Amino acid sequence: MTTLLRHRLFWPAAVLVVLLASNLIFSNNFFTITLQDGHLYGSLIDILRRSAPLVLVALGMTLVIATGGIDLSVGSVMAISGALACLLIGDLSNPDAVGPVLLVVGAAIALCLVFGLWNGFLVAVLGIQPIIATLILMVAGRGVAQLITGGQILNVRSEPYRVIGAGYFLAVPVSFLIAAAAVALTVALTRRTALGLLLESVGGSPTASRLAGIRSRRITIMVYVFAAAFAGVAGLIYSSDVSSADSNAAGNLIELNAILAVVLGGTALTGGRFSIAGSVLGAVIITTLDITAVSVGVPVETTLLFKAVVVIVLCLAQSATFRAKVFGRFGTRRAEVPA
Amino acid sequence: MAEQLKMTGIKKVFPGVVALDDVDFRLLPGEIHALMGENGAGKSTLIKVLTGVYDIDGGEIELAGQKVRFTGPLQAQQAGISTVYQEVNLCPNLSVAENIFIGREPRKFGRIHWPEMRRRARASLARLDLDIDVTAQLDSYSLAIQQMVAIARATDIGTTKVLILDEPTSSLDASEVEQLFTIMRRLKADGVAILFVSHFLDQVYEVADRMTVLRNGRLIGEFRTDELPQMQLVSKMIGKELEALEQIEEHARETTVAERGTPIVEARELGRTGAIAPFSLTIHAGEVVGLAGLLGSGRTELARLLFGADRPDHGELLIDGRPHAVKAPRDAMAEGIAFSSENRRTEGIIGELTVRENMILAMQAARGWTRPIPRRKQDELVEQYIKALQIRPADPERLVRDLSGGNQQKVLLARWLITEPRLLIIDEPTRGIDVGAKAEIQRLVAQLADGGMAVLFVSAELEEVLRLSHKIEVLRDRRLVEELENGDDVDADRIMQTIAGGATT
Ligand SMILES: Nc1ncnc2c1ncn2[C@@H]1O[C@H](COP(=O)(O)OP(=O)(O)OP(=O)(O)O)[C@@H](O)[C@H]1O
Ligand SMILES: [Mg+2]
Repeated sequence: MTTLLRHRLFWPAAVLVVLLASNLIFSNNFFTITLQDGHLYGSLIDILRRSAPLVLVALGMTLVIATGGIDLSVGSVMAISGALACLLIGDLSNPDAVGPVLLVVGAAIALCLVFGLWNGFLVAVLGIQPIIATLILMVAGRGVAQLITGGQILNVRSEPYRVIGAGYFLAVPVSFLIAAAAVALTVALTRRTALGLLLESVGGSPTASRLAGIRSRRITIMVYVFAAAFAGVAGLIYSSDVSSADSNAAGNLIELNAILAVVLGGTALTGGRFSIAGSVLGAVIITTLDITAVSVGVPVETTLLFKAVVVIVLCLAQSATFRAKVFGRFGTRRAEVPA
Repeated sequence: MAEQLKMTGIKKVFPGVVALDDVDFRLLPGEIHALMGENGAGKSTLIKVLTGVYDIDGGEIELAGQKVRFTGPLQAQQAGISTVYQEVNLCPNLSVAENIFIGREPRKFGRIHWPEMRRRARASLARLDLDIDVTAQLDSYSLAIQQMVAIARATDIGTTKVLILDEPTSSLDASEVEQLFTIMRRLKADGVAILFVSHFLDQVYEVADRMTVLRNGRLIGEFRTDELPQMQLVSKMIGKELEALEQIEEHARETTVAERGTPIVEARELGRTGAIAPFSLTIHAGEVVGLAGLLGSGRTELARLLFGADRPDHGELLIDGRPHAVKAPRDAMAEGIAFSSENRRTEGIIGELTVRENMILAMQAARGWTRPIPRRKQDELVEQYIKALQIRPADPERLVRDLSGGNQQKVLLARWLITEPRLLIIDEPTRGIDVGAKAEIQRLVAQLADGGMAVLFVSAELEEVLRLSHKIEVLRDRRLVEELENGDDVDADRIMQTIAGGATT
């Protein structure tokens, strides 16, 4: 029991369960999943589908944070990738052909890679503090996206493009499949190779890592490229879902949600040890919160407040010191003096 | 005499380790009391429990007859206990003066009185015979100076009743140690109770009046220094007789006549402005080269140039006879050069990783991230070195930051030994390591050299350098001033002469 309580992911998982359960009170078919027209439907499926962009962004953010950095530009990168994709699709002679749309998707992601390199260059080569370095693109990126769309909302009609964010494959939402694949890829990349260890080492102590012969510069660049690429895919999912590119709305505030997801998942902002499973859980919690707020009927004005309260509760639950103060015997630090 | 400090039945348990088990400890006013024990015996833990860094799991603390229980170091300090912890814990990005006065800044009209603060900082450093720029950022100074600053801070507090020094001398050399002892004796005369931890037995016998010995978290006993001969002390600490230790010394001496292999590294007029003047030095396979010199003489700087930790701006470096641009540590590593830094906390271990991960880090870095070391191989290597270096607790999955200082040092050494280098550069490898393990490491170095590895050995301890080295390089004022073949005619006095030479004449 205590080992379960001590598990890093215990509290986030518990909060998620409570959130889901409280939904049940308000809509008693919350857990029902039905098959309609060959598609799975239901609130749970909806949560998975809507979590996809945040999960993607949180994955990249996890790696960046593990190295002791932070990436504020992910939202803007999302906007850029959606904008470029919609612009190019608009120029296609046949927007319903799969091949050209795939090329467009490739181009959008390639552009994001370039922006990732830029962030990595500023941080690793020029040594600019990550928060400042990525702030540049966070601000300028929206401008770039607006340049691409000509300051308007670009609407597109393309069946293959729509599949990314709103389609289904074998009854499962495609966006969910993409996110799941990204999670699997990240896990394989960090835990099957030595990348995870080296990342944690760089985040734990950059100087010591350099003296141990780790190419910390290269690794740092790599994580920013990752973050941008995943943000790019998230941008495509978002824009495909609404069949348009909106440079202001796309990825708005997602960097904060992603950072929150990472922290909820138990990765410290100071870098070092990271948990991919934790970040995914964190992202799902945040999305569930948003959906719960609606289904419970929290008035729109107070949604943010509601969210903040849940987050505070979770953070307190995760703090060993707080638990020790409240529950005493669960505490790890302050043990009772035996009589 | 009434005890200034009395701890009874102290117990402290960490997950999986009983760090202190029913330990009694007392400190009289006006005495210097040494706390002795092997690495991991629980010395630092006892200190941290006392000053409130850790909560107590059992037992009582009395300060001047009053029961106390501190919730943090600040509270302990306000109660008159000032402490220098084993790992220097000052603020690296504040100035020296700020570090000395942080939390008790001299004020005028409610605002910090900067000139006064600088003046007093200079004065308190002067007492330690240290004349440095107190407005410079702390981390622009070497570890030894940082340690002196920490000592200055602790000894400057006028209201101190109990002074605690956890391995304060580990990076100091003879003259600084003398300065420290002078101050300690003066404070002792003023009635301050001083607790002193050191693995240098000579130092302990020089200053301490009494000592308390711990082994494996248990109290072995309290003794008067003049009643406990050194050999008996050691056997109390390690719990067995000491023959093994003596054998090692014999062995190391013999190897000084080894024949010389091929040159591995040759520095030609290599130098870096402001760090070390151009020097020439050849290191052969199977050779142990010792670097001797005072603190700040450029020992570490020289070593770092050979490893590419800093870039030279003068001269060239030949590896296997060919000029080589060593731009970064990994270039040096590719040539089989390893470097274990003196500063294990900031340049060595990575606290939040496990013992296993720390040990394989350099090897893994050399292989690159795409070729992870198979887990079986990792476990084998790690087990082998935990055994060879007697790392305790012998648990590869424990976080390194939870190990005692000396054991962390061993982990760092293991990281480099695992890479099987051709040239091993070790800067203060025995810092904070207990007598038994120190002998063990010295034997290891001798053994490795016999096996053909070249070793560049940096140590503030002259005895150690003399015992191990075939060749001794003497540095003074950031300059390599003399190279000595180690032989019967070379002794500590001879080297001290060179080190001091020029300074007086
Ligand atoms: N924060 C911690 N968490 C878990 N175990 C710890 C922690 N701190 C110390 N220990 C363990 O407690 C024991 C005593 O450690 P301590 O640091 O007191 O040793 P020490 O006598 O100071 O040794 P050294 O001479 O190497 O500094 C060791 O086994 C160590 O691994
Ligand atoms: Mg210690």
